[in-house]
Amino acid sequence: MPIEFPVLNFFALSPIIVVIVLALVVMFMDMLSSDKTVLGYLTVFGLFGALMPCVPLLNQTKAPTFQNMVVSDGYAVVFYIIFIVTALLSSLIALTYLENRGMQQGEYYILILLSTSGMMLMAASTDLIVTFLGLEIMSIALYVLAGFNRRSISSGEAGLKYFLLGAFASAFFLYGVAFIYGATGSTNIHEIGGWFSTNEIYQSNPIALVGLALLIIGFAFKVAAVPFHWWTPDVYHGAPTSATAFMAVGAKAAGFAALVRILAISFGGVFTVQWQIAISLLAVITMTSGNIAALAQKDVKRMLAYSSIAHAGYLLVGVAALPASNELYRVQAVSGLLFYLMSYAFMNIGAFAVVALLEKQGKIGTKLSDYTTLSTRQPFVAFVMLLFMFSLTGIPPFIGFWGKWYIFWAAVDANLGWLAAIGMINSAISAFYYLSVVVQMYMHTEQADVETTPIALPAPIAIAVTVTAMFTLLFGLWPTPLINLMSLAVFG
Amino acid sequence: MELTIFIIVAVLSVVSALGVIFNKNVVYSALFLLVNFLTIAVFYLMLNAQFLGMVQILVYAGAIVVLILFVVMLLGEQLGEDISSWVTPANGVIIVLALILLTIIGTAVTDYPTTGAKGDFTPELIQEYGQAEMIGVTLFTDYLLSVQLAGVLLLVGIVGVIWLARNDEQLPATGDVPTKEA
Repeated sequence: MPIEFPVLNFFALSPIIVVIVLALVVMFMDMLSSDKTVLGYLTVFGLFGALMPCVPLLNQTKAPTFQNMVVSDGYAVVFYIIFIVTALLSSLIALTYLENRGMQQGEYYILILLSTSGMMLMAASTDLIVTFLGLEIMSIALYVLAGFNRRSISSGEAGLKYFLLGAFASAFFLYGVAFIYGATGSTNIHEIGGWFSTNEIYQSNPIALVGLALLIIGFAFKVAAVPFHWWTPDVYHGAPTSATAFMAVGAKAAGFAALVRILAISFGGVFTVQWQIAISLLAVITMTSGNIAALAQKDVKRMLAYSSIAHAGYLLVGVAALPASNELYRVQAVSGLLFYLMSYAFMNIGAFAVVALLEKQGKIGTKLSDYTTLSTRQPFVAFVMLLFMFSLTGIPPFIGFWGKWYIFWAAVDANLGWLAAIGMINSAISAFYYLSVVVQMYMHTEQADVETTPIALPAPIAIAVTVTAMFTLLFGLWPTPLINLMSLAVFG
Repeated sequence: MELTIFIIVAVLSVVSALGVIFNKNVVYSALFLLVNFLTIAVFYLMLNAQFLGMVQILVYAGAIVVLILFVVMLLGEQLGEDISSWVTPANGVIIVLALILLTIIGTAVTDYPTTGAKGDFTPELIQEYGQAEMIGVTLFTDYLLSVQLAGVLLLVGIVGVIWLARNDEQLPATGDVPTKEA
């Protein structure tokens, strides 16, 4: 059989290639260098290098590459930026956090980088096979990161729990892909969509519907949507805090990146009613139960884990708004989702950075009562935590407000006003637990038996909290540049 | 003839799958898994996918079951727990849910035959070039990216396992005991 070697457009994938090569460089340096802190800084500066090719890629129109397996369109490149920023900020947290507990190791940064490359592939993929490979590259690295602290029992529990349940969810995803392949004869998401539009008699084929349902279950697990969320609190609580920050934002964004592309392109014309109802119901129960469970938490790290479930619910509202009546609304829903994910990256990683800083050596000291008198012990950290909590609640003029604004507005445009209303009620509920942290930091200052020693603020984590707090406030006051960036996120 | 072989192999496949789940001895479970993998290889052969059938035997029956047996033998006594009874309320709910899922999928598959577009590879082409060659050519042209990504995936697995399995120092366990609340 004659072989025709294909022409490959490596430049379109250059951010992913840079990240993978960076992981290999870190691996090599790990062998040579005994000071592992260097590897952390190498990761941080290397990720800046991965941001560079994103700029020319943004300005270039869509470039499908590798036999239409992946595409480099605005949507993918904006997601690259979200993932790289997430990895960058969480590596800064890790530099301090791992140092404090004597686990500064090269493997951590290698896994963060490889996991990031998997996320980027999920955003760029136009073929379900590549989506699956990206999902596995991301997930397997995250399983190890969750169990990275081998001295901690709860970290080990987190890694094992995440691995077992995650493997189960991957099986659901693969099963769904198999059914969709059986119904349409293709794994390429454009060809799947094309098959449905050219073969109208098969548009009600229940095999494809079963496949779609299984696919949504697989993604719902990855983004921690109720009722597929049982792993989330234990994993987020047990994992090293720097890894929790990374997976809470990165894995969620990657799940939504692939889910939105598949739903919009493959299933934009078929089964829209069915998946819109399914996603809306998921959104309602995810928001509500995430928020209600978070109310009862006495531990800030666990509370943030439940809050991240609630945020997955708000994002699902944006996904449910995708089958809007006209193209403009659809574009608005997508850019609203991306804006929310970017804002969530800033405020959530910031909040986890504060948790990581305050965690005591040895045992997990993340109780809400540990935050008492923080405003006198470390005024700067208390102030930025206040910003993050306000922003996560969605109070203007912080970035979290605009994220919710765009998502709920997209839902109203898609005739899902009731869903937006439930989302707003839930935002109000979330104020109780977010603001209780603020109350604890600022109001309870007179108690006698609490610690009063000042808290040191090492440089890497200080940079992380300062940058995230700055963006939370800056883009809250002036969101236009970020909105303009997100409006470039169109499908190729 | 083909139907007879199919029925025999299918019954064997289901029985061995149940054997994996319900056997109390882990070694027997692993051996039942081996039988199950072999029956699936026979299915592939009957569907004219000879290459896939051989890969199934080499990779799953050959490598994976051996690996599972290795782990079982090494851990020995530490593995497994005594299951007093399979009849519990939780298992009842699981069986009902599984039956509902099976019914839905079964109805979808039997009532609506798969309708997908046919690929480029006709039986004549397969006759001419053979499956291994065509799969190889396809992998290194159309699916080149997937092959490369599988390499990255293996790298992730290796790095992760090396970290988790490293035993360079005796570390005291610290931290909260695992939490039980939801």
